Amino acid sequence: MSDYIVLSYFDIALASVFLLLNGVLSVWLRLGLVRNLAFAALRMVVQLLLVGLLLKSLFAMQSPWLTLLVAAFMATFAAREIWARQERRVRGWRGFAIGGGTMGVTVGLVALVTLTVFVQPEPWWSPRYALPLLGMIMGNAMTGVSLSLDSLHTALTREQRAIEAQLLLGADKWQAMRPFLRQAMRAGFMPSINAMAAIGVVSLPGMMTGQILSGVDPNEAVKYQLLVMFLIAGATGLAVILATLGSARALTDDRHRLRLDQLSKPNP
Amino acid sequence: MIHIESLKRLALGPIDLEVADGECVALTGASGSGKSLLLRAIADLDPNTAEVRTQSGDRSHTEAPEWRRKVAYLPAESGWWADKVNEHFMAPEKVDLTQFGLGDGAMDWEVARLSSGERQRLAFLRLLEHKPEVLLLDEPTAPLDAENTLIFETRVKQCLGEGVSVIIVTHDPAQAKRLANRHFVLENGQLTEAKP
Repeated sequence: MSDYIVLSYFDIALASVFLLLNGVLSVWLRLGLVRNLAFAALRMVVQLLLVGLLLKSLFAMQSPWLTLLVAAFMATFAAREIWARQERRVRGWRGFAIGGGTMGVTVGLVALVTLTVFVQPEPWWSPRYALPLLGMIMGNAMTGVSLSLDSLHTALTREQRAIEAQLLLGADKWQAMRPFLRQAMRAGFMPSINAMAAIGVVSLPGMMTGQILSGVDPNEAVKYQLLVMFLIAGATGLAVILATLGSARALTDDRHRLRLDQLSKPNP
Repeated sequence: MIHIESLKRLALGPIDLEVADGECVALTGASGSGKSLLLRAIADLDPNTAEVRTQSGDRSHTEAPEWRRKVAYLPAESGWWADKVNEHFMAPEKVDLTQFGLGDGAMDWEVARLSSGERQRLAFLRLLEHKPEVLLLDEPTAPLDAENTLIFETRVKQCLGEGVSVIIVTHDPAQAKRLANRHFVLENGQLTEAKP
């Protein structure tokens, strides 16, 4: 990494000039975005500076428990985000647990396997490897899961009559829900499939670009990117399937009834 | 035969009712009195507590899909999950469409183009494919004209003749008189027998 160019805070401030220009344009065109834009930019600066400090001290401390604590915090935040992004949610603690549980299980599993089998840093839980990997995988799995749960809950509500018609003719709940389960899983898979299809041709992923900018050989950066993409697609798929089946289970019962009473009213 | 004992569902019940083989019971009551809820509860489509049994066994000892094939509920508005009519039948080639004045080609029709009356008759035919022991009919002839109503009732009578027990929700006193042996009114969550 001999050709790594260290950025000064002045360089970064200079880069924000374009954003300021956007702010001026927004005022001029009366887009009403200045407040949102300013708030989001400020939030980003504060969050990233804090996370930089946090990661720096975490790397310095090398504590497995602190690493685990941060990972758990990330999973909780992801679960909350999944919960918040659905128009209709499963009522009660299960609504939260479906998102959080699948995040924890699949992402944890994939990240563990990665750290102990493929990348093998020393020690295996080294926060320098564990946290960025976990973050990238979890961010994508989170999007997939919230898309598929939103699709499932909307479809079950809208197609209640068609589902109950099948139940009344003696179908079991899985048969009756099959097309909607499939549809929900597809919705969760689509972002990963699209990302894999467009990568390298349309989009150069941020992680790879970042590595190249900081002086890593493009071939090596590509290898890391491939590893991450496979993990993202794999973990997202698993999380989507688990969450969809879990939610479908929560919205039916052992007498093969559709229990839409377990679903909250749409939030405005 | 169907035997219902202390059925409870939200504000409904406790309700006791027994309908013998080949017997038809008419059920009336103001809109919102819970007639449909009662039928859904008997079919076990909504959570409820009750002792229910037919000659082939206790509901609590029967898997729910199996129960619903025997105790068949025809909702006021039928649901359809595929594009073509024949996809909703187990053996579309064996169904006699002419008994309901439906053309031979009806099996190839698209569900989206069916009239409400056609939907209702086809939904009844697909329900009969399972040879139910009990029929729960929820205002079945509401979308039908006078002539088709009588044809529909003839088919119900044929089921009664085969020993099927029928509970029918109706708003038409004349229909209740034509079909039913007994007549109950649902009010404040309770069934009371209407004296003729």
